[in-house]
Amino acid sequence: MIKCKTSKEIGGMGHSIKRKEDARFIQGKGNYVDDVKLPGMLHMDIVRSPYAYAKIKSIDASKALEIPGVVAVVTGKDLEKYNLHWMPTLMSDTQMVLPTDTVMYQAQEVAAVIATDRYIARDGKEAVVVEYEPMTPVMDPYKSLEPDAPVLRPDKEGKTDNHIWHWEAGDKDATEKVFNAADVVVEQDMYIPRIHVASIETCGCVANYNKVDNHLTMYMTTQAPHAIRTVIALVAGHVGLTEEKVRVISPDIGGGFGGKVPVYPGYVIAIAVSFLTGVPIKWIEDRSENLQADSFARDYHIKVAMAGTKDGKIQATRFKVLADHGYTDASANPSKFPTGLFSIGTGSYDYNNAFMEADAVYTNKPPGGVAYRCSFRVTEAVHAIERITDVFATKVGKDPAQLRFENFIKKEDFPWKSPTGWEYDSGDYHAGLKKAMDVLDYDALRVEQAEKRKRGELMGIGISTFTEIVGAGPSKDFDILGIKMFDSAEIRVHPTGKAIARFGTKSQGQGHETTYAQIVAEELGIPAANIQIEEGDTDTAPYGLGTYASRSTPTAGAAAAMAARKLRDKARKIAAYLLEVSEEDLEWEPGKFSVKGAPEKSKTIQEIVFASYTNHPPGMEAGFEATHYYDPPNLTFPSGAYICVVDIDNETFEIKVRRFVAIDDCGNIINPMIVQGQVHGGLTQGIAPAMYEELIYDDQGNILNGTFMDYLVPTAVESPNWETGHTITPSPHHPIGAKGVGESPTVGAPPAIANAIVDALSVYGVEHMDIPITPYKVWKKLKEMGKI
Amino acid sequence: MREVRFKINGEEKVVTVESRTLLVHMIREQLSMTGTHIGCDTSSCGACTILIDGKSAKSCTLLAVQANGKEIITVEGLATAEGLHPIQEGFKENHGLHCGFCTPGMMLRAIELLEKNPDPTEEEIRWGISGNLCRCTGYNNIVKAIQYAGAKMRGAELPSTEPEFV
Ligand code: FES
Ligand code: FES
Repeated sequence: MIKCKTSKEIGGMGHSIKRKEDARFIQGKGNYVDDVKLPGMLHMDIVRSPYAYAKIKSIDASKALEIPGVVAVVTGKDLEKYNLHWMPTLMSDTQMVLPTDTVMYQAQEVAAVIATDRYIARDGKEAVVVEYEPMTPVMDPYKSLEPDAPVLRPDKEGKTDNHIWHWEAGDKDATEKVFNAADVVVEQDMYIPRIHVASIETCGCVANYNKVDNHLTMYMTTQAPHAIRTVIALVAGHVGLTEEKVRVISPDIGGGFGGKVPVYPGYVIAIAVSFLTGVPIKWIEDRSENLQADSFARDYHIKVAMAGTKDGKIQATRFKVLADHGYTDASANPSKFPTGLFSIGTGSYDYNNAFMEADAVYTNKPPGGVAYRCSFRVTEAVHAIERITDVFATKVGKDPAQLRFENFIKKEDFPWKSPTGWEYDSGDYHAGLKKAMDVLDYDALRVEQAEKRKRGELMGIGISTFTEIVGAGPSKDFDILGIKMFDSAEIRVHPTGKAIARFGTKSQGQGHETTYAQIVAEELGIPAANIQIEEGDTDTAPYGLGTYASRSTPTAGAAAAMAARKLRDKARKIAAYLLEVSEEDLEWEPGKFSVKGAPEKSKTIQEIVFASYTNHPPGMEAGFEATHYYDPPNLTFPSGAYICVVDIDNETFEIKVRRFVAIDDCGNIINPMIVQGQVHGGLTQGIAPAMYEELIYDDQGNILNGTFMDYLVPTAVESPNWETGHTITPSPHHPIGAKGVGESPTVGAPPAIANAIVDALSVYGVEHMDIPITPYKVWKKLKEMGKI
Repeated sequence: MREVRFKINGEEKVVTVESRTLLVHMIREQLSMTGTHIGCDTSSCGACTILIDGKSAKSCTLLAVQANGKEIITVEGLATAEGLHPIQEGFKENHGLHCGFCTPGMMLRAIELLEKNPDPTEEEIRWGISGNLCRCTGYNNIVKAIQYAGAKMRGAELPSTEPEFV
């Protein structure tokens, strides 16, 4: 049971209170971007390239413009006049808004059609004639680095190859020494395929530029409205859109998962057209456009190696990555981290030597990659370490659970300095794995497996014990385009003791309207039911960097607690004045201050707040408001122990996840119901790349599964009944001891599933399989190995 | 242009549409009932699910003119003066939604499922909603929400809504 300090009526931390936001969603009253309808609004549709790499010879819009209702067709040449045909990416690369001469990936935006309704816009799109001269695309990142590969980005001055950047972490020489001297070295190539966030709502916007006021209101599917406002001002300030003239509203968002962090060309074109015409422009992507042109993630080729003793002590790891970014590096990482937080990949294990390096490369694929439910490349890193740990365990002949127990960083060794320089704040890895094993009765499963193997049946058990790194981040290292990655909260308590609190983050389904209210309730004793939460409007909310990478609780959640504590300090002063005692004579319990030793003399928070407006102490500022910008001193390090049990049909190789137990440690828990819900959802997004999802391209750059008919998002049938639980190791530096949880399951599940499948197939001598592991891939692998 | 007459959430309507207009667009744009959502262009996601003469249907896959003479229920028509529909209550009480985008379609699909099969097993529910995608919830709590609504509609004892978060 989770202990609560507040009553159910107050509903502070630890209570599974029902979500406040649900009332509107279950009654069809959500307000998503496609629900925004403005007078005189025009619709935009986008002509896209059928080729992955081609010269544009001509664009003929005359037929389109003849269609009644088609108002304009916009091309790259039109935008070029205003110097708006290119835009910066968050990684200081550049991306075309619309091309003037070359297309770089299939489904790239080529021209925009503006019309009076969406059907006519689509008619117009069909009528635009574009003549292309196709070229041979570069689809393989390794080939892209070969000397005879065409230079894909001649627009970048002095560029003579397709290499983007090189990155390193750890100690190369020391690590090599350990590798050279080790008893056992295992090495494995793995590919973490390109996948898609596939939020059920696609991306879109309504850009509304008012010429009279010279003011832009931008309704858009963005996880980071403030950052977007600043970017708009930086890019379009020269034409008059300075920051006070821009308002970004992020309405209800139908799932984000990192895909709604970047700025896509469609948004920029909509702004440009609205700016030029003074008319509101709506752009809403189709699902197929969304899958084919934006929001992709992963696409990491990793060579990972582990060195250790013959009795199973891990001594060192080595990672070499080739990152395929498509035609531009459009990741949404903190600026100083080209590989995101990949360097967390040394894992949950106690050893001192690691070396990592990565190279990024251009290809003719869509640009990216976004941090899909992931604190920037943590998913890739965790997959590599958890998979190679199993390969190592097999090599030294140890049970993977036993090997992990023997190598875990011990609870008492935190804070712990990792070989790549992170300071893990806290954790209890032994407790988590033990709990997961107890829930499943691990030993009994191994007995069952041995019996099944005798009968020729395929059963596997897979473990993943991961360490996460979230809450980006401390301003010393973390910024996006120079803006430090703090986040903010502003609390205003009204005279009658009810409050509104506003944040720089933006929920996309995480339940902020409920959990933030609980944090404030915990600190002030005002019932969560009486605290209204608002986010997503840059005109009203304090500045913040938004919601992604499980950062909202670590940053804005902390800001909420800190702002509330400022108010509690003020409340103490007012209570002392009202009760005519000194501040030291007061004690706090949720919701009231009372005099020590005389509990009948007390003032409730509501009485105190009322006094702050009606009878405040002389010399004190009236009112009851506070703002806090929270700059975290460190990241938080949630962890988890996941165990998966699979059965594989030994003729069809159909894989069935029989059980999956996830024990998460996200520190103190704000709302167990919501944390559990986050874990469920993340686990289904973990089974997805492990068994079903991958964006597949042919060598001509055609996407082979760019619709929901063939990109296999798991349904309720593929998704098993998840079993979840928790351990609690509070973060020592976070004001409420919380760590963040949203992405843990997405990060932790794929290796548990892959390890289970490989464990089942180990009877055939299989040591590794790349995800997604499908029945066909298993059959093919066993065929190649001559086992069937 | 064609005239379509139908009943939606109990109200008679006459709407003029192009022959090609999809039912979902008529509902969302002409009737301004935006609770019915669009999540794909291949009839795969079910975000647009409505009830048409009591049967769940993907309104992105029907033409508006096919609604002529029919009776449609959308999410806006579920709650009554007496309060929420049991399926709405089930989703709220069991945390059956995160972003809420799939929820209207999911609930309308579940209503037909429960009308045909008032006490479905977990497996029947999972197969029953397999035409509706949810990217957020992992489905565990959607299953619970539908079981809860089933119990409520049958007048059976309501299952616990406490999370089993050991
Ligand atoms: S919108 Fe996806 S099935 Fe109708
Ligand atoms: S709740 Fe977001 S798609 Fe289902």
